[in-house]
Amino acid sequence: MALLLDVRNLSVLFGGVLALNKLSLEIAGGEIIGLIGPNGAGKTTAFNVVTGRIKRSSGSIFFCGRDITGWSPSRIARNGIARTFQNIKLYEDLSVIENVMIAAHSSISYSFLEAILGLGRFSRDESRIRSKAFELLELMNLKELAAERASSLPYGSQRKLEIARALALEPKLLLLDEPVAGMNPTETREFADFILRLRDSLSIGIGLIDHDMSFVMGVCDRIRVIDHGVPIAWGIPTQVRNNKDVIAAYLGTDFGVVTGDHAAN
Amino acid sequence: MLGPNRKFTEGLFKVTTHRDRTLTVFSVIILLAFLFYADRNFDSYTVRILENIAIFITLAVSYNLINGVMGQFSLAPNAFLAIGAYTSAIFTLSQEEKLRSFIIEPMLWPLSVISFPFAISLLLAGIATALVAVMMATPVFRVRGDYLAIVTLGFGEVIQVLANNFLSITNGSLGLKGLYPYTNLWWAWGVCIFTIFCTVRLINSSYGRAMKAVREDEIAAEAMGINALRIKTFAFAFSAFFQGVAGGLLAHLITTISPSLFTFMFTFNLLIIVVIGGLGSTTGSVIAAVLITWGNEALRVFEEPSNFFGFQYEGIPGMRMILFSVILILVMLFARTGIMGRSEFTWEGLLQWFRRKIPALKV
Repeated sequence: MALLLDVRNLSVLFGGVLALNKLSLEIAGGEIIGLIGPNGAGKTTAFNVVTGRIKRSSGSIFFCGRDITGWSPSRIARNGIARTFQNIKLYEDLSVIENVMIAAHSSISYSFLEAILGLGRFSRDESRIRSKAFELLELMNLKELAAERASSLPYGSQRKLEIARALALEPKLLLLDEPVAGMNPTETREFADFILRLRDSLSIGIGLIDHDMSFVMGVCDRIRVIDHGVPIAWGIPTQVRNNKDVIAAYLGTDFGVVTGDHAAN
Repeated sequence: MLGPNRKFTEGLFKVTTHRDRTLTVFSVIILLAFLFYADRNFDSYTVRILENIAIFITLAVSYNLINGVMGQFSLAPNAFLAIGAYTSAIFTLSQEEKLRSFIIEPMLWPLSVISFPFAISLLLAGIATALVAVMMATPVFRVRGDYLAIVTLGFGEVIQVLANNFLSITNGSLGLKGLYPYTNLWWAWGVCIFTIFCTVRLINSSYGRAMKAVREDEIAAEAMGINALRIKTFAFAFSAFFQGVAGGLLAHLITTISPSLFTFMFTFNLLIIVVIGGLGSTTGSVIAAVLITWGNEALRVFEEPSNFFGFQYEGIPGMRMILFSVILILVMLFARTGIMGRSEFTWEGLLQWFRRKIPALKV
């Protein structure tokens, strides 16, 4: 598969704090890459830089062969990187279906004059966006809740809605920031299956951050571990699991093998 | 407020049915018939109130697009109103009138000889105001929230100072006099209906959804590919266009304009209207514009001497404003989100309300 995201030597400096130190990360189409590390390691910062929310201090970001370093968040999103947020960011006062439809805004072909006059392209685009949104809600088992206010949804459904919204952008790369946080083991297992199916059916690249190790180890093809902004390991799950530096970062030195349960706690 | 269907359905099945369209066209015809009747039979005072109501609906609906729908706390309407009023007035004044009025400094050459029909000068007023809004948007929308309010407030002051000092264009503090009173019921209500139509259609399109997304969470909106600055600029220009046109209507209603007319109080009145109506609800803006514009006049009875059941009341000047404040406070205490909250009028909602109130009625 072609390389989608190519992050090279990315560093971010917040005042005197080196939040990210020469991070390199590659994500290809059809691949699921995990980004893990202890709290405050710079995982979310990495996502924020890639999606244009935070300015990088040095290094470069390539997406589909193009240098997207310094692009605005909306331009990056329109070019095919969708994301979800660690602290859910839905359009709370809008309905579930509107939340999904908003992400299709960049795909509309009608001008505002056509919208006001209700000309051909307007109704065609609107019904396309609407049925697409319903399809995505069905995929996430949210279709019955389409008319509900987004903030009235239970936590787990809000996470799902965020993913439906991200998919409405028709991204090539999907970045998920702690997608299973707050889910119970059954939900997490179902979600893992869902992610794998999504990858296979859309052949998009997926990058994810999570603290649930059994989930991360279970779905990711390769994992990048960072600690205090410094990349400390890179490899397939079994390699990472037994890497001394990783174990030290998570549990301190002189401790046994990291198991899913320990790390999750 | 209308209808028992409190369940949240905004934006879901917004497919306008044939029935709804018929009902809308029908109610517009009733409104026009009423205006026709009012035009012939009402005294000039009542007609003037009706014209004021229409202008304030226009202003409130377009202001609500920025403050309510897009959630950007702008205080610029008095500036837009001034630009629209001056632009249209400059273009409708006759050459002789311009010669007569501009006594401190003669009017700038091309402007001094140009004269357009009312319709064209209204259009020019709208376009000029929208252009100013576009130029303003980039510096102004670098800030959000309270800061945005302060910056736009300053902009309103700047426009007033400019109007006072550009003697060869605005005639300074003397203002422009002798405008022909073109604004009548038909112009005022025609523009009003046109504004509501355009704004509602826009809100129900993807552009409107993008504006709501910016209101709800700007970071998430940008992460979904919405260029926040661009949609803000667009909404600002769209809103400014109608406020400029309304300014033109107002100028040709009162026939004399001067910089001191367009103070912050104008913006403040509009702010009261959109908040009382419910920020984000076009229906609310319309209802509140009617209630407040009409109510301000209706409360005048408390300032006039009258006889309550044998008790002689002398009438206290300023009583109207006291009552007005009390009513505002009560509305804010008992209806925090305004009259309509964020919900909109729908024919379905109205029909359901009728079904509930009068079960015998089969509608």
